[in-house]
Amino acid sequence: MNRTKGERIFGAFNGIFLFFIAAVTLYPFIYIIAVSLSSSKYVNMGDIWLLPRGFNLSAYHQIIRKEGIWTAFFNSFYYMIFGTAVSLALTILGAYPLSRVRLKGRRIINVLVVFTMWFSAGMVPAYLNFKNMGLLNSRLGIIFGFAVSTYNFILLRTYFMSVPDALEEAARIDGASDFRIMAQIFVPLSIPSLATIGLFYAVERWNSYFWPMILLTNEDKIPLQVVLKKMVVDMTSRLDNMEFGRDMVSFSEDSFIYSTMVLAMIPMLILYPFIQRYFVKGIMLGSVKG
Amino acid sequence: MNISRKKHLTKNKTTFQYIKSDMQLYIMLLPFLLFYIIFVYKPMWGLQAAFRDYNMFKGMAESPWVGLDNFNAVFKSPYFGRILRNTLLISTYSLLFSFPMPIILALLLNEVRSTKYKSFIQTCTYLPHFISTVVVAGMVTSFLAPSTGIVNIILSKLGFEKIYFLSKPEYFRTIFITQGIWQGAGYSSIVYIAALSGIDMALYEAAKIDGCGRWKQTLHITLPGLLPTIVMIFIINVGNILNVGYEKIILLYQPATYETADVISTYVYRMGIENADYGISTAIGLFNSVVGFIFVFTANTLSNKINGMGLW
Repeated sequence: MNRTKGERIFGAFNGIFLFFIAAVTLYPFIYIIAVSLSSSKYVNMGDIWLLPRGFNLSAYHQIIRKEGIWTAFFNSFYYMIFGTAVSLALTILGAYPLSRVRLKGRRIINVLVVFTMWFSAGMVPAYLNFKNMGLLNSRLGIIFGFAVSTYNFILLRTYFMSVPDALEEAARIDGASDFRIMAQIFVPLSIPSLATIGLFYAVERWNSYFWPMILLTNEDKIPLQVVLKKMVVDMTSRLDNMEFGRDMVSFSEDSFIYSTMVLAMIPMLILYPFIQRYFVKGIMLGSVKG
Repeated sequence: MNISRKKHLTKNKTTFQYIKSDMQLYIMLLPFLLFYIIFVYKPMWGLQAAFRDYNMFKGMAESPWVGLDNFNAVFKSPYFGRILRNTLLISTYSLLFSFPMPIILALLLNEVRSTKYKSFIQTCTYLPHFISTVVVAGMVTSFLAPSTGIVNIILSKLGFEKIYFLSKPEYFRTIFITQGIWQGAGYSSIVYIAALSGIDMALYEAAKIDGCGRWKQTLHITLPGLLPTIVMIFIINVGNILNVGYEKIILLYQPATYETADVISTYVYRMGIENADYGISTAIGLFNSVVGFIFVFTANTLSNKINGMGLW
């Protein structure tokens, strides 16, 4: 401990300052959880700061009885699970062949794929494309239409390239086909990277609202985020229509929204510790190079 | 003799033989390529709607060509100046205020000695990145609600008037940038933290022997070590200057705040998806994509020259 006095003072201030930042980051979460668990009396008085007051679960009772909420939950899980599976499969099938230096045409395909990170047709042509293919209001459209993230593809390709060639050669001498080499050597070797990419895909799927909102019109296909989006927009328009000070009355509605927000976050909060283990490594897997 | 002849033969395999021996790889690649063809490149073919008077019922081929009419209509529209200005302003403010935050955070975290405390702070600050846009927008909307939002409760306790922030154009950019920092600063710091851990410890040892304190070490070793990463991320940001996160703006803006909140992509959304004006909206979208691409390309070329490294 040969730190000077000035360094120690700085260290202490730095520690306190970072704690303050962490607190500011976490506070919104704590607040909405507290409000969602409080009785409407205290919520209406605007007198909740850190802990729930008049603890009760009525907002949650209300929400689980709301029509369509279970369907929305089911749909969100459906898109997350099948979407992630399809995404991972397609990403592996793309990354493995394109990581083989000997493959003819590899360069041009790589360039064409990476180019899409910087130039895309944009929202309207993409929407018309779905429409023309009859993929409006289709679960398959959601699952396949957004399957590959170029960024994740590059991460995995870079990882596959770092696997020593000797492994592939040895397997080939033993008579293994390319497909077997991929499935039985490369995939098992890259479980940590696949976990990282899978978690990225899962988070993206669970959290997405924009394209499901545009493409899905049928009530029994929309995911939770789209339902929540409607509630948030309704809240805004309710605020617009109300004069100052008069939105008190409807505030129980808001703890309803808060509890939906909590429910929409729970799967991510559960996944978070797993994600955290992997994502720092994952991001560092490869520098993003074309 | 025989062996060397064989070698010679394999060296001169024809392209066809190469493709044949790697047939399995090409078959594997097929689903992946189909995805890019159907969902990424096929829409690019649809970009010609920007040059046609596109009619859904006639289809693309039957819709008449109109040359640059759609673009003329866009550039003459009274809204064009507004959306371009808003897009550039929001991006510029992000570069000014959001961009330095993760760097500062990484530098501060670098000074923490206890690894446990460091990873605790990291865990907390990364979390918001994993929360959905809708939930974040919901938090912002309800926290800023005119009379029961926590911000206004605090304001009135301090003796100020309550303000309905989300209906006031002058507050929109501040709100948008602030929530962006809250959600993104922690996560964006990862890349800098990684770069910091890559700096050679021997440099610090040498500096200590020469009598440099922490501050001088930061100035002369840490910052120069971080510079390539900073430049690279800066370039990515400049390249994306036209791509403001419309998903969140759509949830936070309202007609009263369009004046400062409406950006190119949100305008495309309203024209294209809500009003079904495909020609015009495709034209703006194409303008955005092309100019955006030029930005990225130029930024990258510059970075290769200055920094000796770029994105590709």
